[in-house]
Amino acid sequence: MQALIDALGLGPTLELLALSPPGWGGNLLRGLVNSIQIALGAFGLGLVIGTLGAYGKLYGGPVLRDLLAIYTTVVRAVPELILILILYYAATDALNKALIGAGFERVQISGFAAGIAVLGIVQGAYATEVLRGAILAVPSGQIEAARAMGMPPLLLARRITLPAMLAFALPGLANLWLIATKDTALLAVVGFGELTLETRQAAGATKHYFTFFIAAGILYLALTLLSTRVFGWIERWARRGEPRIGGAGR
Amino acid sequence: MTGWLQPHRIVLAGLGLALAVWCALTLRWGWLPEYTPLLLEGLWRTIWLLVVTVVLGMALAIPLGLAQAAGPWYLAQPALWFCTIIRGTPLLLQLWLLYYGLGSLFPQYPWIRQSELWPILRQAWPYAVLALTLSFAGYEGEIMRGAFKGVPRGQLEAAKAMGMPRWTMLRRIWLPQAISRALPTLGGETVLQLKATPLVATITVVDIYAVSNRVRQDTFIVYEPLLLLAVIYMAITGIIVLAFRHLEQRVPTRRA
Repeated sequence: MQALIDALGLGPTLELLALSPPGWGGNLLRGLVNSIQIALGAFGLGLVIGTLGAYGKLYGGPVLRDLLAIYTTVVRAVPELILILILYYAATDALNKALIGAGFERVQISGFAAGIAVLGIVQGAYATEVLRGAILAVPSGQIEAARAMGMPPLLLARRITLPAMLAFALPGLANLWLIATKDTALLAVVGFGELTLETRQAAGATKHYFTFFIAAGILYLALTLLSTRVFGWIERWARRGEPRIGGAGR
Repeated sequence: MTGWLQPHRIVLAGLGLALAVWCALTLRWGWLPEYTPLLLEGLWRTIWLLVVTVVLGMALAIPLGLAQAAGPWYLAQPALWFCTIIRGTPLLLQLWLLYYGLGSLFPQYPWIRQSELWPILRQAWPYAVLALTLSFAGYEGEIMRGAFKGVPRGQLEAAKAMGMPRWTMLRRIWLPQAISRALPTLGGETVLQLKATPLVATITVVDIYAVSNRVRQDTFIVYEPLLLLAVIYMAITGIIVLAFRHLEQRVPTRRA
């Protein structure tokens, strides 16, 4: 193994990427963990907003529907970077004004919470559209049958609509999750220490730009490929019990 | 009470108008006249970047899609890997890899520094164009693969039966149908590309986003430049959507 490393001239690279302090590998991994945590938080928040938004768009009154249309249109038309800046400054400012108005001290919102909130709001707009389409794809007879049996709306959502729409929503949601993991990189611009910013700092300090950016690229790519796999499994699970199309006799 | 103009919409539009008037009157817009030339220059650069990278990216996406849909394995595999890598890593990382990586590599070679291209390579915009083009090609190549595969076999077989050479078949039958299939998603991808352009400000290309950053740093006014920026991007998005809708209507399709 050592001979192979020497033969390929990988020694200095491995030293740079070592996990303990002379190397920067530990920083990169910490950045990756931060990125994944923020992506998970943002994706979860986006799912909550998306579910509520989809129900609002489908069953809400005319005013609510128009407001939701404005929300999804604006968020999807304005670059994420600018939304992050607007929400980051505006939300911090508004919260502090409210706190001072109520007689409390100013607080410094952590980049972590702000990142989750901002990316969650962005994800929510896309998730609203994905989930709305998926709910529409559920055969209406099933929902009508549940209503006819006198099922209350929440039970109907939990037992019928949400499980039945999951298979239709999963491809879109998988895409959203991948977007969430990549959008965490944008938080580097507001100075939050996720993978891309850690990478840039490591690269800047050592002047080995290619090494670190490619290492970070491999980490992102591994995350993407792994996520695709996992979502494939979840989709197979969500589609259990569905008849196989064109698979007669198997 | 059908159609667009319903009572609640009139109220909402009134509220929106009131909000716009309030923004125009109470927020600080005094910096606007001074920075208008810079803003226009930034806007021009954003649009230039968008158009150039979409055109170049599309030119690259067609062979990428074709290689994956019909190419031999030694072309299909690299194309697939290219699309996977581009779609699997953040654009910001690709941009910084090219700008800082290539930017630190090139000066080490004297023959590059002495070449005619050096004054161009020393600037930031070639790296921005390269990164955005590759990114667009990666996403669009995947779409073109599906579009090429979606063209009915019978059409290609008919062309072959007529004795059409392969190149003519691609030019007359395969490519036009694939592009008309990809048009609806192409509009969406163009909007996504527009939303990716502000990232180039991080490598010192002065687009409209960079101009608004400068206003913020010079005058310490935070919200107003960002609001203006959001409105401008929404306007460009609207224009792109309308343009593609117009384009789609001009392409004849047979609907059952």
